[in-house]
Amino acid sequence: NRSFSVSAEKPPFDKILIANRGEIACRVAKTARRMGIKTVAIYSEADARAVHVKACDEAVCVGPAASSQSYLNIDAIVEAMKLTGAQAVHPGYGFLSENAGFAERLEKEGLVFIGPGPFSIRSMGDKIESKKLAIQAGVNTIPGQLGLILTESDAVRVSKAIGYPVMIKASAGGGGKGMRIAHNDAEAAEGFRLSKAEASASFGDDRIFIEKFVQQPRHIEIQIIADKHGNVLYLPERECSIQRRNQKVIEEAPSPFLDEQTWRAMGEQAVSLAKAVHYHSAGTVEMMVDGDRNFYFLEMNTRLQVEHPVTELVTGFDLVEMMIRVAAGEKLKIHQDEIRPKGWAMESRIYAEDSLRNFLPSVGVLHRYIPPEEYEDETGVVRIDAGVEEGSEISIHYDPMIGKLVTHAPTRIEAINKMKTALDAFVVKGVRCNINFVRDVMDNPRFMSGDLTTHFIAQEYPPPGFRGHVLTELEGNELSAIAAMLHMQHKQQASAPVYRRSDVMSPDHIIGEQELVVTIEGTVGEVVKKRLHIAARRPKLGDVISTEFVITIQDRVPRVLTADLPSNSGLYLAKCTETGMVRIVQAFEKTNSGYILSMSGSPYKITIRSERLEELSKYMPVKVEVDHSSHLCTPMPGKLHSIAVKEGESVIAGQEICVVEAMKMQNVLRAPKDSTVKKIHAKVGQNLALDECIMEFE
Amino acid sequence: MLPTMRSLVVGIRCNRRWFSQGSLPAQPKSRVAQFKEELAALTAKAYKGGGQERIDKQHEKGKLTARERLEILLDEGSFIEYDQLLEHRCAEFGMEKQKYPGDSVVTGQGAINGRLVFVFSQDFTVLGGSLSEAHSLKIQKIMDKAMRVGAPVIGLNDSGGARIQEGVDSLGGYAEIFQRNVLASGVVPQLSVIMGPCAGGAVYSPALTDFIIMVENTSHLFITGPQVVKTVTHEDVTTAELGGAAVHTKISGVAHLSAENEIDALQATRRLFNFLPLNNKEQAPRRYTQDRRDRQELSLGRIVPDDPNTPYDMHEIIKKIVDDNDFYEIMPAYAQNIICGFARLEGRTVGVVGNQPLHLAGCLDIDASVKGARFVRFCDCFNIPILTMVDVPGFLPGLSQEQGGIIRNGAKLLYAYAEATVPKLTVITRKAYGGAYDVMASKHLRGDINLAWPNSEIAVMGAAGAVNIIFRGLDGSRTKAEVEKYERLFANPLTAARRGYIDAVIEPHTTRTRLCMELDALLHKQLSNPWKKHGNIPL
Repeated sequence: NRSFSVSAEKPPFDKILIANRGEIACRVAKTARRMGIKTVAIYSEADARAVHVKACDEAVCVGPAASSQSYLNIDAIVEAMKLTGAQAVHPGYGFLSENAGFAERLEKEGLVFIGPGPFSIRSMGDKIESKKLAIQAGVNTIPGQLGLILTESDAVRVSKAIGYPVMIKASAGGGGKGMRIAHNDAEAAEGFRLSKAEASASFGDDRIFIEKFVQQPRHIEIQIIADKHGNVLYLPERECSIQRRNQKVIEEAPSPFLDEQTWRAMGEQAVSLAKAVHYHSAGTVEMMVDGDRNFYFLEMNTRLQVEHPVTELVTGFDLVEMMIRVAAGEKLKIHQDEIRPKGWAMESRIYAEDSLRNFLPSVGVLHRYIPPEEYEDETGVVRIDAGVEEGSEISIHYDPMIGKLVTHAPTRIEAINKMKTALDAFVVKGVRCNINFVRDVMDNPRFMSGDLTTHFIAQEYPPPGFRGHVLTELEGNELSAIAAMLHMQHKQQASAPVYRRSDVMSPDHIIGEQELVVTIEGTVGEVVKKRLHIAARRPKLGDVISTEFVITIQDRVPRVLTADLPSNSGLYLAKCTETGMVRIVQAFEKTNSGYILSMSGSPYKITIRSERLEELSKYMPVKVEVDHSSHLCTPMPGKLHSIAVKEGESVIAGQEICVVEAMKMQNVLRAPKDSTVKKIHAKVGQNLALDECIMEFE
Repeated sequence: MLPTMRSLVVGIRCNRRWFSQGSLPAQPKSRVAQFKEELAALTAKAYKGGGQERIDKQHEKGKLTARERLEILLDEGSFIEYDQLLEHRCAEFGMEKQKYPGDSVVTGQGAINGRLVFVFSQDFTVLGGSLSEAHSLKIQKIMDKAMRVGAPVIGLNDSGGARIQEGVDSLGGYAEIFQRNVLASGVVPQLSVIMGPCAGGAVYSPALTDFIIMVENTSHLFITGPQVVKTVTHEDVTTAELGGAAVHTKISGVAHLSAENEIDALQATRRLFNFLPLNNKEQAPRRYTQDRRDRQELSLGRIVPDDPNTPYDMHEIIKKIVDDNDFYEIMPAYAQNIICGFARLEGRTVGVVGNQPLHLAGCLDIDASVKGARFVRFCDCFNIPILTMVDVPGFLPGLSQEQGGIIRNGAKLLYAYAEATVPKLTVITRKAYGGAYDVMASKHLRGDINLAWPNSEIAVMGAAGAVNIIFRGLDGSRTKAEVEKYERLFANPLTAARRGYIDAVIEPHTTRTRLCMELDALLHKQLSNPWKKHGNIPL
């Protein structure tokens, strides 16, 4: 028991219900199990086979797939608690976690809500109310004039009072219209005039207000934990500046930017706010921090947050356990002075989304799901919080998060390196996911230097956004060497027949040498071509794993590498014997002319040719992408079950367009190419003949 | 330039140098030396085919020469050419002046990953690759030899058609090849790669072979070209529409695979070849693999959805069971409701046939039946065990199917499975309904091992439909009870297992291990059909 907050022989509850799904439900169940508390899962009809159901001792179905009828169905959940005799409910995050009505209802029913009281939830749930409370509690808020500005002189006076730079905003503004930054009085006057005119023209509403313009904003938040006896502790800060459209992607603790003094100041304000709303349980006070380490209150989340593991890893606390214990009325016994971060923790959220196509959600079955190995040793920790398994379905009904990958190490750079290795070994097939993107961020020099702001992604990945990883010279060499080894192994495998079963596993036959031309095509960047010489050495007697390869790339120094044939999962580990460096590559597919390998999360089409073949390949016609049919026709007679798009809507290749029901089976028809829907010819419910046109594309 | 030729030329050059530098410069060349020079010239000419100009033209079209293709297809240095000097004997229409050593085809033997293969590669640069009597004789020779020694034949087709100047000699040449294609069928594997035009009577030689691979954009295959079509039916069509790779791999089902370009096509051919035995008396070669037989795929139990009407991709199931995720699909774009292809289990080739719930719910229709039947028969010819993955709701109902002869065509698949004597391993992953259950390598058709996953349903039809027929006009509540009763009885594999129609109900994740063990046991399976000249498959 790592948590030293409280000590009790007996578990605080006999049985709790977890009113959530996915990774967080599994996460809560894990702690509960360790504490000796029985768990009850709730699930929707669509989740009957979900992992969180298996992670708990009991499970109750609370309704159909739609969250509103299942995971948000308060009556059904209370019913489930009564049915199973659960004494308390942990809401996780999302769903009912910040629903004051739910907390109130439980109170009424004599059940325990593992979270703050309804008053805290309600007062922090309202933006204006919470800001007012924060000001009262002495918490810094973004300075600004809440009232309207009527004249230029007003504007200058207010701006001066706030302190430059300021942001002049149209009350009805949006999309950057009617917004001006002013650094001095003259700009403030002019900005007011222009914004007012622009706002009037654009929105027909010329109301203007002014607030402090936060430069180089970072999102840094303070985790607090409070008991029901008035004790409130603040924990090390988390930095969550890597966001995409306000959605956090990568989080870490501590922040590479804060000093202890600022942390303590933030922490004390967070505690004072928590006390002001009689807070108990775990909560988070989110702040915006500018380039001068000024910080301003944004909002308070009255629940456990997605990114809580980074705090757990740097403090050694189990926040879920703490929540459960304080909910049961136990007292926090640890002192604020004892709390300080140990090492560095980094978290990547792994989402089922297509990072190459503007992060559109990607649904489907996880045909391959092999997370990297979890471990905890002297070098640090790799932890995976996930709620899926191979074969699970990522459905349209819920959040597309597959899981969270968290690493911990003594230093930030070590935590990043652990993250890179873990990401490389993370196998996800069946749905597209953002591993390639977070892997790319981990390699970004600015990220590595810790120079973050909430604009990081927008600035580092300007339109058209992330398009894939660009290989460095070293990576190109490594990838071509690995491809050559794979090719050599497969070639030897193909020409060495075996006669007994015992021979099937023996790599003794792999031997030979070749000159190869390796061509690598990624999703972005130039085509890389490497010429290399590869020689395979017979493995040492008794060494069943590694054939050694001596690889000379163009005019470089020969290097000795070893690699095994990829396992069925597709993982392929190459090790440079001199440096001891291990490269993990994922083998996706064998093609006629080579492979599709994934390195650092991004796929590469690799063509392997002899010099002669390379010479002949110049005669091959350049492939022109043929224009796919501009019509979507039904490939089978059936009934049109649903249409997922509208006329004029733009679609991307592979996107679900409509469902045709045939033989009582639902067949999904997908967009043949990136296009726009021109005209829809068929109606839902209509019977379709074979090849009947459903819609036309531009 | 091929190594054999290079050495020959170098050798002759050396001789010449010896003469010129010797002490007797004035002596006339010996007869042998003269002949050697002549031979070298002929060989050099043979290597140039129709000449540099035509070779350049071929390259401009994105095509390789007959010899370049063989370099890619065969292992380096393995090619031995036959009949390099054979010429046509036509003397009409000035043909006597148009002679090329070797005529318009390159033939010989070689190796793919060290295994013997006989090849012919038509040379479009020589008289448009047209088929002369000589051209035919060369092909006949390698086919005869392939049959005698038991090795596959691969034809690289790139020919404008019959050599019209030769008239009936050319037609006779085609027929001689057809006859050999038919006699070789089922004796040695025959593969055809279409790398240029192939029209008229010429199409029937590839059509008689086991697999046809086409190159996108630069090859076509049809009986009559656009011009004739225009005059006869007044249809305006392009060559691609009539017989391009897309048409034959998606619509007509004539070709089995299409490739992006010639190199891709030839490498695809090598991959396919790797799965096959050399002849009908041998087993396919067993390959080294690190994929263990006891690898368990826990997710197999989750991929098949609980709801019997929700589709899933059978490819994923197949890939998880076979070695190294490596499944080489045949006819991937045609009749997608059935999946056919090669894979390995512990290094041994198996032919996999699977219903695909993603397409037409996995129903058997005319095209799927014919595709499956031909594949099953190929496997049976060449001692390749057949793994059948069953999830079939039945034969596809409908007017077009009945009028198109689903009875006659569906019977082909039934016939093929019933006739096959190779090891037959069957796994029912979900549904096995009606006549389609019988057809898909059921126990009754001499299935060697028939396994079912626990959620499978083996019944005449779905419960609701069955109750509707058994109890016509029953009221609602009783119907429900009867449906439940029927489901209890047949919506599981138990009844079939109790009768021995299913050998075992197994957990999905143990499938690979079980199949490997069964395959071991079936290694020396002996089963033969009654003597007959040949059966009468419902064509």
